[in-house]
Amino acid sequence: MSGELTKALADLQEDEAIKLVNQWLEDGKDPNEILVEARDGMETVGKRFGDGEYFLPELIFSAEIFKELTEILKPKMQGEVKQKKLGKVIVGTVAGDIHDIGKDIVVFMLDISGYEVTDLGVDVPPAKFVESIKETGASVVALSGFLTLAFDAMKETVEAISAAGLRDKVKIMIGGGQIDEEIRKHAGADAYGRDAMAGVTMAKEWI
Amino acid sequence: MSKLADELYRERLKRVTDAIELRVPDRVPVSTPFGYFPAKYCGILAHDAFYDYPKWKQAYKKTVIDYEPDMFRLVTNESGQVLEAVISKQTLWPGHGVPETSAQQFVEGEYMTADEYDMFLNNRADFIIRHYLPRVYGLFEPLANLPPLNTQTGVIPYHLLATPEFSNLLTTLVTASKQTMKWRAETGTFAAEMDELGYPSYGGFAGLAPFDMISDNFRGMRGAMLDMYRNPDKLLEACDILLQQQAQMIKALNIPGKTKIGFIPLHRGADGFMSGKQFETFYWPTLKQHINNVIDAGITPCVFFEGDYTSRLEYLLELPKGKVLGQFDSSDIVKVKDVLKNHMCIMGNVPPSLLQTGSTEDVKDYCKWLIDVVGKDGGFIMSPRSAIDEVKPENLKMMFDITKEYGVYN
Repeated sequence: MSGELTKALADLQEDEAIKLVNQWLEDGKDPNEILVEARDGMETVGKRFGDGEYFLPELIFSAEIFKELTEILKPKMQGEVKQKKLGKVIVGTVAGDIHDIGKDIVVFMLDISGYEVTDLGVDVPPAKFVESIKETGASVVALSGFLTLAFDAMKETVEAISAAGLRDKVKIMIGGGQIDEEIRKHAGADAYGRDAMAGVTMAKEWI
Repeated sequence: MSKLADELYRERLKRVTDAIELRVPDRVPVSTPFGYFPAKYCGILAHDAFYDYPKWKQAYKKTVIDYEPDMFRLVTNESGQVLEAVISKQTLWPGHGVPETSAQQFVEGEYMTADEYDMFLNNRADFIIRHYLPRVYGLFEPLANLPPLNTQTGVIPYHLLATPEFSNLLTTLVTASKQTMKWRAETGTFAAEMDELGYPSYGGFAGLAPFDMISDNFRGMRGAMLDMYRNPDKLLEACDILLQQQAQMIKALNIPGKTKIGFIPLHRGADGFMSGKQFETFYWPTLKQHINNVIDAGITPCVFFEGDYTSRLEYLLELPKGKVLGQFDSSDIVKVKDVLKNHMCIMGNVPPSLLQTGSTEDVKDYCKWLIDVVGKDGGFIMSPRSAIDEVKPENLKMMFDITKEYGVYN
């Protein structure tokens, strides 16, 4: 394999990527290796997003193509080769807020950067974050919020993590809509990130 | 209108109008969207805004009178009872999906699939009635059972209408419509009442960017953005159609209150959402035309540039000078002033984080800085950058007081 699939995916050539995968399967190539090459393409997408060359349409479209490729490959695979993960991160939109766009970008970027991400979804109560830290043993928690009600919800979430005696086990980052450094202080989080790339940078520093 | 109220009204409106039309007013005007803040301020619930309008109105009125804004944004909701009756799937409102103390939230979804574009473009009434409405309102689910509208010859389909589902739809709809008209009679006069008391307001809905209509109401953001790649021509055609539809809507638009300032909130055009090229292709052309249509209808558009528009500022120079009020959120406000001075009045951008968690001194310093930098030579209205539902009353008060004191032009 020559990186053709990586390139096709990175350049969002949907038809070309599907054609290649089907062709390679016919040629008897290892579906696991094909998947690895597809993942490399996603990594390039993430890099281009970080560089400001790609935006949300590209993230969404690349994820869609990747999903299609996985659906073709999965039935042919004899047990998936697990990728070695860099560390565990829990991500969720805090209680009372159902906005998911910012959170989803962070999940996407952390995932393709090699982290094992637990996505708790939206409107996540503090207790659920606590429970998830206990279950997964994650060392980083990322709180997302778009509405101004998230200011207090973030504070309550950090407090709940402290009350459970887990505060020194995790680093907490926050971000979204009206979140800023002021809110980081208010909530007692470790860092505020303006965008998803900042989130990945922090995770790299912390893990 | 008492003489004093009348005088104050004219004074405030002149201050705001001078700023919008890029003249230097007597001082920097100060405006705010009060949102659900009156609930916190007066000790009632956001829920009351949907279920007890007299109570809500009283609290809102008290809030406005206490803060004495030069202008304020007034939003009226639909009745909660009616939202319940029609089973609105696109709204979570206090007590229904969100706590009674919280603002309503919009539920975006893919209410139109990519392969339904042709129906949307070529047979829209049929699509809206038989496919779209049943998806966004539980009450309208039976409409999905109607035969295609273009197969109808004019014979009333009694056999369908007599079924329990349709009977329920029809009777519920009659009740909900009457409730709505009663609700609107109560809510619709509020702006005029506040005019009488001397307080200009704005906020009447003046449409959306056509791309946002597709993204918010039909395809969902994910769908609309995939369409940029898979169905670009259809997406553009749909934007065009919605532009035309809104042009018709604007002609009949009745903006409450006397300021005739209409509100256009932008959702997906900001930096970070799409590239400059995509903005230029899918977002800006029909938005620009829409804004021009609103201006031609005699309405001053207040465009809410939510998020960061720093990289798009040059485009805004294409809009007519002194005719648009731009409300800015997290854009680099210094750059905004730099590019738009002598062209567009800037409203903003006190962070809610500061108003909610900062000290009064922090608020004072930020507002003074805004007055010095963005208020220079007029064309500026002091305002929070977004919702202020949960801010500290004393911090909000400081925003008003310091602007009135420090924002005087010589």
